[in-house]
Amino acid sequence: MLRTPLYLKHAELGARLVEFAGYEMPLHYQGGINEEHLAVRTGAGVFDVSHMAEVRVAGPDATAFLAYATLNDPARLKVGRGQYSMLPNDSGGVIDDLFVYREGEDEYLIVANAANRHAVVSHLEGLAAGRDVAVSDETDDWALIAVQGPSAAILLDRLVAPDLTEVKRNATVLAQVSGVPVTLSRTGYTGEDGFEVFVRPTDAEAVWDVIVAAGAVPCGLGARDTLRLEAGYPLYGHELTEATNPLCTDFAWVVKDKPFYVREAMWGRDCPRRLVGIRMVDRAIPRQGYRVLDRDRNAVGEVSSGTLSPLTRESIGFAWVDAAHVEPGTRLWVEVRGRPMAAVVVKPPFHEA
Amino acid sequence: MSTPESLRYAATHEWARKDDDGTVVVGITDFAQDQLGDVVFVELPEVGRKVVKGDTLAVIESVKTASDIYAPVSGEVVAVNDALDAKPETINESPYEDGWLFAIAPSNEAEYDELLDAQGYAATLDEG
Repeated sequence: MLRTPLYLKHAELGARLVEFAGYEMPLHYQGGINEEHLAVRTGAGVFDVSHMAEVRVAGPDATAFLAYATLNDPARLKVGRGQYSMLPNDSGGVIDDLFVYREGEDEYLIVANAANRHAVVSHLEGLAAGRDVAVSDETDDWALIAVQGPSAAILLDRLVAPDLTEVKRNATVLAQVSGVPVTLSRTGYTGEDGFEVFVRPTDAEAVWDVIVAAGAVPCGLGARDTLRLEAGYPLYGHELTEATNPLCTDFAWVVKDKPFYVREAMWGRDCPRRLVGIRMVDRAIPRQGYRVLDRDRNAVGEVSSGTLSPLTRESIGFAWVDAAHVEPGTRLWVEVRGRPMAAVVVKPPFHEA
Repeated sequence: MSTPESLRYAATHEWARKDDDGTVVVGITDFAQDQLGDVVFVELPEVGRKVVKGDTLAVIESVKTASDIYAPVSGEVVAVNDALDAKPETINESPYEDGWLFAIAPSNEAEYDELLDAQGYAATLDEG
């Protein structure tokens, strides 16, 4: 397994380590997923997300190229801002969801899921052929630390010179932490305020130590998943796949009305199924792959993600469901170990955001 | 990981304790609760249920996953730990004491003696 520059920190803290996208990552630390989830919702948590992929796209054609290759529109970005986006495939589905940062007029840094690093890089390289743009995989050049929670901004603000309270959501600022250069972007995957800190791998441990000493609670992938689900964010490989049309979800806003790669496969298509949020009424946890049934026990969908919220103690999830059953308030049943368990369609987020 | 000497074990991470009246009390080991993470739901069997060694008798669900729990001996279920309904996390906090799952009146005394002892169980963990 691969290891991030922060592996020793996880080992020192006694993390339960698991394999994720080929990396040995902390599932949780000694406090457990529930404690970590609550720390992010009430204070500040810190996550090692260095496994994620970074891809630089630069050159005179970069903006037009990314406007074509991605679903959102980078032309709308000021320098120093970022946007959530997706990479369409040639059949109306999605290769990955990603964040696109505009670092310069003709320069972008894309952050993609670790599991899709090579698919994203080779797809972009293929599309870039013959265009005045260079695509380079910078994954190994970056460590990435996410600091998330209502206290995250104040915590980081004390560690850097720039006034972080002035930084807008999705905007980026350069700073130094203990003399080490970092790029801070006001982005995150938890539904809370926070920053993602880009740092050189050799400086990662020092920056992690400072952030933890300042009071951020180390959090692992388990809490990362419960937090994002509760906040209503999709996880690639679950809600979004090569076979899912984002126009059939509440993330359709990402898809801008402009020419893009094989647009005709995605735009204006019917949505026989749509992605919905579900909350269990009976006591059970919905999990990926569980069938969703109507009141006559017909299969009308499938769960894509599910968990028990450490905050609300409700069992929540996402499911792809036949169009006739997608209205909030619709009663459905999730088949859990052979038994239909009652659930209801709800619109995320699942907590009082 | 604690593996009390006084208990018996199955390779599937259940522990068993024979009480003075002969009933076999069953739970999951410290190793198992650690692997599962925070327990959120427990499905326990009905009192009165007849079981054969190896039957799935309970399901423990954590945030991460659901895990089947098997009867280490054959017999009849005579008690279940209803307190786990309200406080499933007891399994994490006290896997060998307050986190017990169910008790079986055994129908075949020899099966208890066939279970692993503490060293035997600990050895399976090292191989894992």
